[in-house]
Amino acid sequence: MGAYVLRRLGWGALVLLGVLFLLFVLFFAVTDPDDIARKALGEKVPPAVIEQWKANHGYDRPLWPWQDFENNLLFDHYRRMLTFDFGLSDADDSPITERIRDGMGPSLALTVPLLVLGLGVSIPLSLLVAFFRETYIDRMGVFLCVLAMSVSTLLYIIGAQFLIGKVLRWFPISGFDPDPLLLPRFLALPLLVGVLSGIGADVRFYRTAFIEESTRDFVRTARAKGASEARIMTRHVLRNALIPILTQVVLAIPFLFSGSLLLESFFGIPGLGGVTVDAIQANDFSTLRTMVFIYSLLFVFGQIATDLSYGLVDPRVRFE
Amino acid sequence: MSGIEPYMVSNGATLLLLAGVGFAVRIVRRNRLWREAAASLWRRRRLALCVLAVYFVIALLDSVAWKGGVPEHAVGVLPNAPHSIVDRFFLDTTEASYSAPFAAVEFYGDRPLRHPGAHPLGTDIIGRDVLYMALKGARVALLIGGLTSLIAIPLALMFGVGAGYFGGRFDDFVFFLISTLASMPGLLLLIALIMAMGRGTVSVCVALGVTSWVGFCRLSRAETLKLRELDFVRAARVLGVSEPRIIFRHILPNLAHLIVITFVLMFSGLVLSEAVLSWLGIGVDGSWGQMIDGARDELSREPIVWWNIAAAGTALFTLILAVNTVGDSIRDVLDPRTQGDAP
Repeated sequence: MGAYVLRRLGWGALVLLGVLFLLFVLFFAVTDPDDIARKALGEKVPPAVIEQWKANHGYDRPLWPWQDFENNLLFDHYRRMLTFDFGLSDADDSPITERIRDGMGPSLALTVPLLVLGLGVSIPLSLLVAFFRETYIDRMGVFLCVLAMSVSTLLYIIGAQFLIGKVLRWFPISGFDPDPLLLPRFLALPLLVGVLSGIGADVRFYRTAFIEESTRDFVRTARAKGASEARIMTRHVLRNALIPILTQVVLAIPFLFSGSLLLESFFGIPGLGGVTVDAIQANDFSTLRTMVFIYSLLFVFGQIATDLSYGLVDPRVRFE
Repeated sequence: MSGIEPYMVSNGATLLLLAGVGFAVRIVRRNRLWREAAASLWRRRRLALCVLAVYFVIALLDSVAWKGGVPEHAVGVLPNAPHSIVDRFFLDTTEASYSAPFAAVEFYGDRPLRHPGAHPLGTDIIGRDVLYMALKGARVALLIGGLTSLIAIPLALMFGVGAGYFGGRFDDFVFFLISTLASMPGLLLLIALIMAMGRGTVSVCVALGVTSWVGFCRLSRAETLKLRELDFVRAARVLGVSEPRIIFRHILPNLAHLIVITFVLMFSGLVLSEAVLSWLGIGVDGSWGQMIDGARDELSREPIVWWNIAAAGTALFTLILAVNTVGDSIRDVLDPRTQGDAP
């Protein structure tokens, strides 16, 4: 077990080094620092100002170690990312670490209820559909799932903002307030849209997991010994199908911190997803590459956690 | 320049595409298994296949263009630019500003239209016919899905089959590469690639291709690992068949059903991703995503302009729904593992 964890961690570290290298190629080697400076400062600034800006943001050095081993951008990029020293935003010179710290709370306020609600809606629904498998209810359910999956998230958001926010005026169209009494009103619409846009794919995935389990021998045995269908569904099928579902959930947990790009941006939630979208629209390369690195870091840890949680729920899994 | 213009490339590509479709139809008709699969698909999903055919035909009609033949005094039409067949139906239809479907006067201000009652879906902010814009979006959507698949699937096959067949160092390298790409957030990597390459249809497709080949690469690697240990491949190796020939004659044909399934299932995801890119301002010009994005402000006008987003949203939704239903059926028909599971 210990050796397995160590090897997984080693592999994760290697992948992160690869991610950092790709980021370096994309954001330093392919993108010209002069372009970044001009996008931040405007087209018509004197060269001296651009040089000064590049020096402030650390772009004024040679790219590769073979050009200057002591002082190059590649090693500096690795050193800064791995020590979480993210520096200043390319767009407005604010410290990136601070923005990330501020954005994590609002992101969690949106994503944690979203995960819980999503599971709370889609697992009972998929159990119901799987219970009525190969009947009209099942076929109808699967068709509705495909229907829900075929709508662009943009349309869900715009439609909900228009219909519920503007016409019916049930909830504010967008905004955020950390006050726990006001917060639910602001979160209602993004949560509704988030659950709706994810429900199709989730119900289908869980339904397949349930149906796969319900063809197993132990289910037939349970039926033969006279257990009721409801008991079979909850005791035998649900418990075994929880393994693939758990994998998905554990993998989703790290991303709770990073928020949701579309939902946060449209509904004005000042979380990390919103920070990322602002960075994209402002050509803020340093914030963008920091966000990519953080997402990858969370993903790698999520995967390791998923592999380890397999062993906890499924005694057949051995770590070798 | 030497006189090769974008519209000529598009015409040539359309011809090539038609030839490719003809070739594929021939293969399907000659092979009993493919023929039965196609017949079974047609029995199950007649309506969705017809819808897809309509989109395909619209896109083809919009891909063949030539110069000339523009009536004089046509408003808002460049006389020397190439026009596609779809363009030629809507040559002289622009108005000054918004007009509602089948309206006789402008939406704001009640000035009379140049073509009263001639716009079944109304016109947009600069007076373009919305039906025309929605039809033109079909080509953009199919181009995004098709061109991207054309980039992503060969890339995935090259690395996946190579890694699975040869193993060793190359396999280690490919596995590291796909693990790295898979741990980067897809949308952000996409945005970073487009920002680095610049905007435009081709760079959006290349970026989508680079971010979407990983899943199929993993699948084809696993399948190749299984196939190379089967008796017919071992027999071929013992008989001294060369390695390229083993790969092309014995491995790739056994991956063909996976290629078809992946292509169709990938397609809808790609078109939906483009809508998100359009919202970020880095999508492809003329896509439904851009129309939907532009409609956000129109919904907050008073009285509201709804036909723009309704047309683009319906066109996008219908295409994705048809592709999704056909995709599910193709998977059921072609993949023996899922047979009898889905409806």
